[in-house]
Amino acid sequence: MAEKISNKEVFFNPFSKNNPVVVQILGICSVLAVTAKLEPAIVMGLSVIAVLAFSNVIISLIRNTIPTNIRIIVQLVVVAGLVVIVSQLLAAYAYDVSKQLSVFIGLIITNCILMGRLEAFAMGNRPWPSFLDGIGNGIGYALILVIVGFFRELLGSGTLLGYTVIPQCAYEAGYVNNGLMILPPMALIVVACIIWVQRSINKDLQEK
Amino acid sequence: MNKQSNLYTIIYIIVLVAVVGTALAFTAISLKPKQVANANADKMRQILASVNVNPPADSVIEYYDRYITSAYAVNSRDEKLDDVDAFNVNIAAQIKLPADERVLPVFECTMPDGSYKLILPLYGAGLWGPIWGYVSLDSDATTVYGAYFAHQGETPGLGAEIEKPAFSSQFAGKVLFKDGNFMPIAVVKAGQHPSGDEDYVDGISGGTITSKGVGTMIDNCLTPYKSFLEATAAAAK
Repeated sequence: MAEKISNKEVFFNPFSKNNPVVVQILGICSVLAVTAKLEPAIVMGLSVIAVLAFSNVIISLIRNTIPTNIRIIVQLVVVAGLVVIVSQLLAAYAYDVSKQLSVFIGLIITNCILMGRLEAFAMGNRPWPSFLDGIGNGIGYALILVIVGFFRELLGSGTLLGYTVIPQCAYEAGYVNNGLMILPPMALIVVACIIWVQRSINKDLQEK
Repeated sequence: MNKQSNLYTIIYIIVLVAVVGTALAFTAISLKPKQVANANADKMRQILASVNVNPPADSVIEYYDRYITSAYAVNSRDEKLDDVDAFNVNIAAQIKLPADERVLPVFECTMPDGSYKLILPLYGAGLWGPIWGYVSLDSDATTVYGAYFAHQGETPGLGAEIEKPAFSSQFAGKVLFKDGNFMPIAVVKAGQHPSGDEDYVDGISGGTITSKGVGTMIDNCLTPYKSFLEATAAAAK
């Protein structure tokens, strides 16, 4: 390890200062795809937290036994196995959500955040910090997903988690849902707004 | 032991794959009954959607049992097939067979007002993947009462619009027989007419291939029912 960082930093850094989505710009494709509604965004976030935490722990536990020339393959096998288990669990206990997320659960395997954390952190750290790193990065990803999902569902459909929140009188007064919010490009614009806000607060993230 | 040797690498990957494989097999087998139950409930929901019944998620089976009074299968010569589980007939496999070899499921539905509908399954190809649906007919076996369509991966906003009521509700009131001739409903570009005088609905702008797929699906899936529908229509008169 190049530098010693505390477990607390490992856990909290990915929330904001080193957020995988808005700072490292990883995992953008799934942010576009699953955030039209809040519920799939939350489920996708939880799935990624679970897969990331467990794959980090497993890889960290076996890190000293992995032959270096096949380490990426080993990481992929572990991640793919966990993702299939998550997808089977969803099909059994949250069928509607699993239908809605369809291919995106499978695509967690190719989410750059996972391979990034496994290769950069779990391969060189003990299981407990790796677990915290997985949970931290998962939450960092889920936070962005939930924020984007919140705005897209609220402005696009006038609902949150399927419940109508914009009062009927607002529609009668001429308010219209913005259909553009449901389309994928608006996810990029919302992510860009989050990046803008975040960099105004954290001046050290601003590029010169 | 040398961790970079070929032997170590090969043994390592074999053990790893065996462990992961066992874990996956265990998960798949232990969750199978629950997944099948979910898939069946979803199918029941789709069947009910074709008669415009949309039960809450937790009481689909109860609604299905109340509305769907019988399910059976016929062949293209209107002979009732015994010992066929109509609900579990694999329509995707059936549509590949020649029309006279197919097993044709029929669901009979009794509405709260006592009227009686026939529900027939559909399955076909869209632009990117399979499309399917259910069409319900009035007891005269001629007039369409409702329709439900679904798809696996059609383009959102274009082909995927077939699953919206705006598209499927167009089918209500269309007829399959005109002057005793069997004529499946055509799907045409908005504003156009089919070449024959069959009933038609407007396709989706920008979803031409999916819309054509719906038309082909209706033609392909309903034509084998011709004898059955004629006999039912005659009996209803």
